[in-house]
This record gives sequence, C-alpha cells and structure tokens, in this order.
Amino acid sequence: MSSQPARRTVLECMLWAGAGVVWSVAGGVPRSRLLGGPAQAAEAAFSFVQISDSHIGFNKDANTDVPGTLQAAMGQIAALKQAPALVLHSGDVSHLSKPAQFDTAAQIIGAGKLDVHYVPGEHDMLEDDGRPFIERFQGREKAGAAGGAFYSFDQNGVHFIGLNNVTNLKAGGLGILGAAQLAWLADDLNGRAASQPIVVFAHIPLWTVYAPWGWGTEDGERALALLRRFGSVTVLNGHIHQVMQKVEGTVAFHTARSTAFPQPAPGAAASPGPMKADAGKLRGVLGIREVQVIAGQAELAIVDTSLAG
Amino acid sequence: MPGKMDRRALLGAAAAVLCAPHRAFAAEAAIEIKDFAFNPDALTVRAGTKLTWTNRDDTPHTVTSTATPPLFKSGALDSDDSFALVFDNPGTFSYFCSLHPHMQGTVIVR
Repeated sequence: MSSQPARRTVLECMLWAGAGVVWSVAGGVPRSRLLGGPAQAAEAAFSFVQISDSHIGFNKDANTDVPGTLQAAMGQIAALKQAPALVLHSGDVSHLSKPAQFDTAAQIIGAGKLDVHYVPGEHDMLEDDGRPFIERFQGREKAGAAGGAFYSFDQNGVHFIGLNNVTNLKAGGLGILGAAQLAWLADDLNGRAASQPIVVFAHIPLWTVYAPWGWGTEDGERALALLRRFGSVTVLNGHIHQVMQKVEGTVAFHTARSTAFPQPAPGAAASPGPMKADAGKLRGVLGIREVQVIAGQAELAIVDTSLAG
Repeated sequence: MPGKMDRRALLGAAAAVLCAPHRAFAAEAAIEIKDFAFNPDALTVRAGTKLTWTNRDDTPHTVTSTATPPLFKSGALDSDDSFALVFDNPGTFSYFCSLHPHMQGTVIVR
C-alpha cells in the first residue's frame, strides 16, 4: 500500500481471534461476541465458508498428514448448522502444483458436493504459467482475462471478486495485481450500487501485514481505492496461515488459518516457514471460517473455528 | 553446460552467457537456501565455477534471474533439491526467489 503505516500501528490494529469468537463489523466498528450470543441467534440470509492454504503435497514435521486435516476441515463444514451457499478457497491448494496434488485436493474438497470458488496461491502456479491450476479449478468461472486467474460473480446480492496477486512477482517486491487486473477491476465495479456488499478474496493479504516477509500486495492500495465508495467491503486473504483482522473505514480485512500448518506471527521467528505445533495441538491452530450475511444488514458476521472444534 | 540437476532447459539468452564446454577441473561453490535466505547472498567466483544451490527449508523456493528475460530459472526446488549452473563469463548476475521475492542474491563472476 502506498501509505504504509508504521509496523507498530499495524500491529496495534491487529486483533487476534481465538476459536469461537464471532466478529461482526458494523459501520466500520468491529465487535466481538462469544459464540452463542445474539449474532448466533439471528437467522442469516445465507452463509459461506473460507478455507485456505491446504498445501496438499506438504509432508514435513509441521504436518505429516495434510490430506487428513483438509478432510477434517471439510467435515466441519458439512457439520455446520446452516449449510453454506458456497466455499471460497483462498489459494495454495497444493504445495508444488503437481497433478497428483491437485487430484487429491479436488477429491477431498469435491466429496463435500459444495459450490467452491478458488483463487491461486503462489504454490499453485509453478507449472506452465499456472494453466493447470486455472483449467482445473477455475474452468467454471467467467475469467476476467484469459490466463489471468481473476473473476467475479454474484450470489444472493453479494458481489464476490476473486483476485490473483501471486504471479509475475518482482525481485524485492510483494504480491502484485498488475495493471491489466486493476483495469478489469475498475470496469467490474463501474456502475455498481455503492450499497451492494462486496467480498474480495485473494491469496496474499491486500494490506501490508509485514513487508520484510513479503506479506502484502504492492498495488493493493490501488484496488482498495476502487472499493472505498462501497458501504460494505470484506477482504478475505490467506498466505500467512493465521488469523488477523483490520478495519479501515468500510473495508474489513481478514486473513485465515491454513488447513495444513501454522506460520509464525510477523517477525516472531527467523523466517515465515512452517511452524511445528506442540504435540497434540496442531488442530487448534488450523481451521475454517464461516461468514454469515444477515438479511437487510451490511455487516457480515465472521466466525473462525479451529479444527480442534 | 548446466549440471544434470537442472530442472529446466535454459533459455536461449542464458546459453549465450552461461554455457560453454565444461572444464575438466572447474571450481565449485555452493549456496544454501535456509530460513528464506540465500547463504551467502553475495558471492564472487572465478569464471568457470560451477555453482550449486540447495534448498534446506521445508518450503519450496526458486533461483530465478532478475534479468528480462530471465537468464536462468531453476523451477520449484522442493526441500533438499539442488540446482546447478556453470558461470563461464564474467559479469554480475542477480537472482531472487520468484515465490518469495524478498529473497535476493547476487553472483559476481570474475
């Protein structure tokens, strides 16, 4: 982002959510409630789920059974009280873009018979300019540009925008959307009512979480500038394998847990590599996110739940 | 010629800069990829040196030339995978990890 706040300011804005906390954002003010509070009682118009960073193919100490934990995540989704209208996967479906890894992911996620929309992580675009991922996981989407891996669609009055900020990364840089994608986004939003709720999902955080580890998008601010006129914007990212939130005006940012392995808090380790959880604690740091859209309200209620339940 | 561990055919531009017949007793040097960094991140070698990068992280990385078009690209190196190149001609060769672009390195060939 062009106006980068000092790291301390960013960290002060980050609110760490444990399992079982409901987040609702109304008028730019985030409020948290314990599970079972009033937000739970309200009947949502529809809900959707975000999963992220399944890294099928990873088999190191941090998690030697990533298919197992993805399966557990799908099991949690199947057990939700309200069946989600759709699922968003915010990238790093695979670890190395191998056909067998895509197969395993598609099989485990597909078994849920849910409506799943994918954006790529950098681990998904390692072969042939990302074509295998795009063809396999975005074939049903109305592509914003051939091979671009970005698109949008509408569901129950909410406008969903899937962005790609993981290709053509530049030395020393962060995630990048690029001029063509930004032009498409401007066109996609042009003429849309400011009252329409917007959900943006992309792999790398659109806001700068921690530049020394590349956790941000260098032209993310240009996308946000196009979104600021809308009354309700929810930005959902993955990549950093932990829950963080920030609110700027009407834009609420959330990063999701991975279904595979945790990563350290910004700057808390020598590198952002996979972190080994204490024995028996792994599922407590993996998870899914349920988002409820309440009829007649701009706010989206967000529940992050760990795989430990 | 590049070592047999290369996972990608070099581009035409790379062939002009980097490829020459192997010398029988060429020098060798190693760069370790560890904790999301190239170690050492700056290295000066004599022309003819065979350089080998080895990934010691639990995360895949790449060795990708910053030149346009890139002079060399390793493709994804999984844990303990290696990528080798022989640098036959003097020059400064900058590279980065195309997955984690904050990871950067330079090879100076004299």
